[in-house]
Amino acid sequence: MAENDDDVPFMQKLLDSYYVLTVIGVLSPTILYTLWGIVDIMNTPLAK
Amino acid sequence: MATTYRTCPASGLQFEAQAEKLMKWNAVAAVLWLLVGGITAIGVIMTRWPAFKLLPPDQFYLILTAHGIDMLLCWIIFFEMAVLYFASSTLLRCRLATPMLGWVQFWLMVVGSIMTNVAIFQGESSVMFTSYVPMQAAPHFYLGLILFAVGALIGCFIFLGTLAVAKKDKTYTGSIPMVTFGALTATIIAIFTILTGAGILVPTFFWSVGLIKEIDPQLYRMVWWGLGHSSQQINVAAHVSIWYLIPAIVIGAKPLSEKVSRGAFLLYILFLQLASAHHLLSDPGMSAEWKVLNTSYFMYFAVMASMIHGFTVPGAVEAAMRRKGFTNGTFEWLRKAPWGNPAFAGMFISLVSFGFLGGISGVVLGTEQINMLMHNTFYVPGHFHTTVVTGTTLAFMAVTYLLVPTLFKREMIHPKLCQIQPYLFGIAMSITGLVMMGAGTLGVSRRHWDMAFQGAPFTYEWPGAAMLMMGMTGFFGVVTIIGGGLWIYLVVGSLLWGKKLDGGQYVDKPTPIPAATPAASASHHGSDHVAVPGTVVLALTLFVAFVLYYYVNWKYLSEVWLLS
Repeated sequence: MAENDDDVPFMQKLLDSYYVLTVIGVLSPTILYTLWGIVDIMNTPLAK
Repeated sequence: MATTYRTCPASGLQFEAQAEKLMKWNAVAAVLWLLVGGITAIGVIMTRWPAFKLLPPDQFYLILTAHGIDMLLCWIIFFEMAVLYFASSTLLRCRLATPMLGWVQFWLMVVGSIMTNVAIFQGESSVMFTSYVPMQAAPHFYLGLILFAVGALIGCFIFLGTLAVAKKDKTYTGSIPMVTFGALTATIIAIFTILTGAGILVPTFFWSVGLIKEIDPQLYRMVWWGLGHSSQQINVAAHVSIWYLIPAIVIGAKPLSEKVSRGAFLLYILFLQLASAHHLLSDPGMSAEWKVLNTSYFMYFAVMASMIHGFTVPGAVEAAMRRKGFTNGTFEWLRKAPWGNPAFAGMFISLVSFGFLGGISGVVLGTEQINMLMHNTFYVPGHFHTTVVTGTTLAFMAVTYLLVPTLFKREMIHPKLCQIQPYLFGIAMSITGLVMMGAGTLGVSRRHWDMAFQGAPFTYEWPGAAMLMMGMTGFFGVVTIIGGGLWIYLVVGSLLWGKKLDGGQYVDKPTPIPAATPAASASHHGSDHVAVPGTVVLALTLFVAFVLYYYVNWKYLSEVWLLS
């Protein structure tokens, strides 16, 4: 383990930050799949 | 809360008392639901087998609904709760966070799963696993699923809380172990999955009791698949963790590169859930951009992650075996691997079947153009039986051979039968999945009761190969059920009649990991930098199979979709 926090590479810091991972792991599909999907469906024209 | 810890003398794994009880209860509930799911599988398979067509339509759809819910949710999520408690409290050698909430998790899931099953077997909720609106189930069908999901969500937060406890108590240094990191990945995917599920099941419940007038079917399908497919991605992350765990315990294997393996799990966290979009590739409401970006671009990052795990796990096995002296030729390590150990054999069959069958077919289904060849055909259950059954279920079965002696303190009964079971179940299920996909490629519908469509105004003459493959599906499906039944008998029999083993002394403080024990390997850090030529050959074989199969499907598409 690195003695100083500055010695720890960014990627390792990210992989060790499980709350940050949780946030991005929930946000990423929520935006790309769910919210974008809802926008697509809302923009589907109604049949006349 | 005062608690006690015991260290298993054989494995060195340490069990905190509350976590141990929760692991046992969740695992037992999982096995009971597997039993129910297995019994319903008989009805499903004997009805789709054209020579038998056992059940009438109404009973078939009822049984199919129960089979889907009990296998894809109840059996697997209960088992995953046990995995989360194990990967946090046991591997990090710390107390469980909020054990009382653990019991809330367990009982909510028990009540929810029973409530949904009661609704199904009352006969008013034969809406199948997907429960697409405007088909409507009884209100307690949805309420049961909601309670079950809330329970599972509580389990996820207990896992995260236990990581915080371990960090605060400094029971580990540096990063959490690889297996725990895989379980964290499963937890994160589970949180998205459950929140998405709540987003659609709660309004659908209100719709079923008349408080909401209607649910938009397209919106339902899109949001529901965020639950339906992502729930199976929890399984992928969980069983990949078990792939790392079993070789670590059995032969002391270490990942080839922790950085690369953890990076692959990060790709799962970011992209794996997006594969849900491949279920909607033929839906008119979704834009081409949404479909293509979510499947043919982002999904491939997750596919790459699976290929990394598929390379590093056998690579870790090869490296460990070479360190033990099995260095002759390219494959001595593979020939001399512990194939008689059911945990190892089950893990390896799970890995191969998931990679060659489930993985390749998943990529094909995720490609918009060739998806059209088999969209909503029998190919789809063929694909997910080679991911969820040979991938996840077999991996869970395999790890149970290690957990019964160490967690339940019982010796497995009938060691010879234990050795046979993973081969019987894994090979039979792989063949079943393969012929299901073959029948689907020829157009057999995904879940229609009668492939002959008797009484329809137009008849369709199926090629003989389709009938043959449906017959093979029936035969090998029955063999798979026998293999699954054998596992239930061996596990339950061992708990009831297995020789009692020494469980170790109970102490009131966690203890350091004893050196040179399987637990030390499972809680390890570090990579094994050994050349693995055999694994490179295996990986190239997978690539060749992948390219050939991909090409064959494009060729097939060009023949059915004539352009001039």
